[in-house]
Amino acid sequence: MLKAIKGIPLYLLALFLFIVTGLPFLIMFLTSFKGQMEFMTSPWSFPESFSLDNYKLLAELQFFGYFANSLVVSVVSVIIVILIAAMASYPLARLKFRLNRPIFILFMVGMMIPIHTTLVPIFILTNKMGLYDSLFGLIGPYIAFALPISIVIFTQFMRDIPKELEESAKMDGCSHLRLFWSIIFPLLTPAVATVAIYNFIHIWNEFIFALVLTNSTQNATLPIGLREFYGEFSVNIPGIMAALTLGSLPLLLVYFIAQEKIVTGLAAGSVKG
Amino acid sequence: MSRLQEISLDTVHVRKKKKNKDTWVIIGFIAPAFIIYGVYVIYSIFMTFYYSTFDWTGIDANMVFVGLDNYIQLFQDDVFWTSIQNNFLLVIASLLTQLPVGLIMALLLFSPIKGMRLFRSVYFMPFLMSTVAIGILFIFIYEGNYGLLNAILEGIGLESLQTAWIGKESTAIWAVIATVCWQFAPFYMILFRATMVGIPEELYEAADIDGASGWQRFKSITLPLLKPIIITSAILSVIGSLKYFDLIYVMTGGGPNNSTELMATYMYKQTFTNFNMGYGSSISFSMFIIAFIVTVFILLGDRSTRGNG
Repeated sequence: MLKAIKGIPLYLLALFLFIVTGLPFLIMFLTSFKGQMEFMTSPWSFPESFSLDNYKLLAELQFFGYFANSLVVSVVSVIIVILIAAMASYPLARLKFRLNRPIFILFMVGMMIPIHTTLVPIFILTNKMGLYDSLFGLIGPYIAFALPISIVIFTQFMRDIPKELEESAKMDGCSHLRLFWSIIFPLLTPAVATVAIYNFIHIWNEFIFALVLTNSTQNATLPIGLREFYGEFSVNIPGIMAALTLGSLPLLLVYFIAQEKIVTGLAAGSVKG
Repeated sequence: MSRLQEISLDTVHVRKKKKNKDTWVIIGFIAPAFIIYGVYVIYSIFMTFYYSTFDWTGIDANMVFVGLDNYIQLFQDDVFWTSIQNNFLLVIASLLTQLPVGLIMALLLFSPIKGMRLFRSVYFMPFLMSTVAIGILFIFIYEGNYGLLNAILEGIGLESLQTAWIGKESTAIWAVIATVCWQFAPFYMILFRATMVGIPEELYEAADIDGASGWQRFKSITLPLLKPIIITSAILSVIGSLKYFDLIYVMTGGGPNNSTELMATYMYKQTFTNFNMGYGSSISFSMFIIAFIVTVFILLGDRSTRGNG
């Protein structure tokens, strides 16, 4: 595409951006193997040895509890979002009724609503429902705020499915529920992948609801855990770097395994949204 | 009643029955999503306004109705104005950094450079990291004594520029804005790249035959075709900047001396640190109004440019 601009300055620019994006990760990773003394004397040098002491320390300190909490909350929320967003999108995309457009717009508006505008009422509501400081208390808001983008993606996708498919099924006396479940839903696989990837990244990293709606270490998710480590370790910077590395690892691993899928999925979701 | 009428009445009846049945199907399918969304999002917006008309700590049951007093107080609150100013600074800075950097990255990915696959993989990594992790990481990068940025400045002989980047009022907001850009530019890179992949190669071949330069090709083929996605990205970037919270909260907490305060961090502080739930609610409802107005303006602007083009 840029063939006309000759190579070298371009390469330097690419390399510069490569360093800017990559260096913080490299430093984080390398520092996580250092001892505290080593870090004090030469903070940015290559580690003398790849010692796993910091990681062992993390294992003793409940780190995998945070990890498990994040996994449970993310997986449960994403599965429920996929199911109920796909269901809601079915009539919105394929049936004609008077409130169709207003309901769709009402869902779509959710994408611009600041989470903070709902924070106090959700905090009070969660308390009243007895879900404060529990993983269940997080799942509700996570689902609610994942619905707008998910419904937009599903609706766009379902509109493109040819009508003939379900007309023949209707002739056979197929109910809407069966039609949705055995004909439409299986065709949604690419959209499901997009919705799952997009929401998983966001929920895995979500911070503000977790900060306000949970309190105990036992129910904290990874972002909250990382912040707690940061507070507790204060001087043990290599320990903090180990926590950051371990906390970032799952998404990075999944990314390196299924890079193309994640990148195109994310783009598809946002371009259409 | 003639036979014909009877038949037509019958079909009307059947249709009505079918329509009725469809109504229940529609309700059944939409209800689960609608209830959760309605309770957590729609209801909450109204309740935020309701709470904002009270003087209330949120802990005790004592709620004093004060009408719009919280809003009057808010208009006279210097910190609130600082935070709005910072939010709009963030909006402008995001538009001017994230989108161009994302575009440059996307363009680079199409140039015939060796090792582009590796470059692409690494370029995208910041977007996958949790904001909390990024915030903590950059605290150490900006650190005044041994921080990485200062170490690099020393390495290239610019010791005079060394400073405690997020500890000083004059530099803190810029340090944070740079970090936000670092985090989100990769996202826009992905969006731009996805659109560029779809541009037919023939267009460029035709331009080559006409002897177009690289810049001409970019200006008259790539850029016009990218326009819709640039507008979408601009909307995402503006709205994202207006409700931004995480990174500031982790890195500076709004300090030093409120110099990096945003509406969201100020709202959090008032609500959950100072326990002024009523006042905090008036800040968060104002955030909603501002985000709403800005969105409407962008959509109207978008529509009018589309109409002309």
